Amino acid sequence: MDFLRPATWAEALTARAERPDAVPIAGGTDVMVELNFDRRRPGALLDLNRIPALRQWTRDPDGTIRLGASVPYARIIDELRTDLPGLAMASRTVGSPQIRNRGGVGGNLGAASPAGDTHPVLVATDAVIEVESAERGVRAIPATEFYLGVKRNAMAADELIKAVLLAPAKGPQQFSKIGTRNAMVIAVCSFAVALDVAARKVGAGIGSAAPTPRRPFEAELFAADALPWDSRADLDPRIATRFGELVAAAAAPIDDVRGTAAYRRHALSVMGRRTLTWAWREHQSSQSCQSSKELT
Amino acid sequence: MRVTFTVNGRSAEADDVWEGESLLYVLRERVGLPGSKNACEQGECGSCTVYLDDVPVCSCLVAAGQVQDRQVRTVEGLADGDRLDPVQACFIKAGAVQCGFCTPGLLVQAHDLIERNPEPSDPEIREALAGNLCRCTGYEKILDAVREAAAIKAGIA
Repeated sequence: MDFLRPATWAEALTARAERPDAVPIAGGTDVMVELNFDRRRPGALLDLNRIPALRQWTRDPDGTIRLGASVPYARIIDELRTDLPGLAMASRTVGSPQIRNRGGVGGNLGAASPAGDTHPVLVATDAVIEVESAERGVRAIPATEFYLGVKRNAMAADELIKAVLLAPAKGPQQFSKIGTRNAMVIAVCSFAVALDVAARKVGAGIGSAAPTPRRPFEAELFAADALPWDSRADLDPRIATRFGELVAAAAAPIDDVRGTAAYRRHALSVMGRRTLTWAWREHQSSQSCQSSKELT
Repeated sequence: MRVTFTVNGRSAEADDVWEGESLLYVLRERVGLPGSKNACEQGECGSCTVYLDDVPVCSCLVAAGQVQDRQVRTVEGLADGDRLDPVQACFIKAGAVQCGFCTPGLLVQAHDLIERNPEPSDPEIREALAGNLCRCTGYEKILDAVREAAAIKAGIA
């Protein structure tokens, strides 16, 4: 096995192209488990820890946040909770503090496990994944097109994940995850919802209940149409319940060691109902704060 | 391959390191620092927790080559000579140690918590230690130890 240690992004892309047998490693929280357990013996490890740009996030002139693939979850939680509340919430459910100090969204995307914690948020908020190769340059892949199957993604063999582009929240965002305990747990299933208040749109994402993360489009359209945007009235519980049912109907879960398909469907309907209710309450309270500010 | 890094303030050099080897293995088997414990090898138990450039990580999930030219601080580096860090002293005083296997990881993780947050609430202590499994004590004594160590460091006790 070789250990490749590129000092720059350009060197990393060259190494990726020259060594298709190399496995990229950043936080190592997935790759090292496979090595420790003799599940994988790649020809080389391609260490991405020396490339500063991957560990930074910046703001484009249009406000879009460009999140480097290796920015650790702990920093997303600390530094981006206001701009990206849904991603920060999902990040806080990843592993343990030690894992969140090392792992980043690039690893979630590279592994493309159906249970990856940040996937539901990325699809719900129309995130775009920026990948690059030495030969063809940068390619932007919408999150909804990035996941192709269980542990399969849309990347070519010579590409590396550079950044994730995310719009700052346009309204309340919520994330929910079911597991056997409150920490250190792989999702039985998970769910994200994001309100776009100005556009009166609802984005949503289902995790760990289909071969890939997926958006429940029917549920999104139903909520966008049914939410009382004008009156900002309390949410009719029947709307939240119906939203949850449509979320559950969009999933394609299986029975496995972590739970049954029937349980996952039930859990998704509950998570859909609850997260929409939480998000709407947050919307109501932020609106009332704004109007009281206007009065004073 | 050869890996050169700084551990507990001293330069360390490990030769004939396998490229897929973990930092934990290098610490225990190649540079004579067996304080960090090897249990799950998958980041579940936290008993191998060390500081990497001042951030606590599971050393079983860091590839050896990734620590080249970087700073590592293990449980052996918490005490100042013979003077134990307050976290260590409080673990002894509170009886937060039974078999002791999880203790090194808990000490490093608790040390980091108190450095960053001098007056942690109980939920904050619980969240900070969520990645450190102890199968003996039931955690109550560990929480007692961390509370007291925080109070000592904050100058309250």
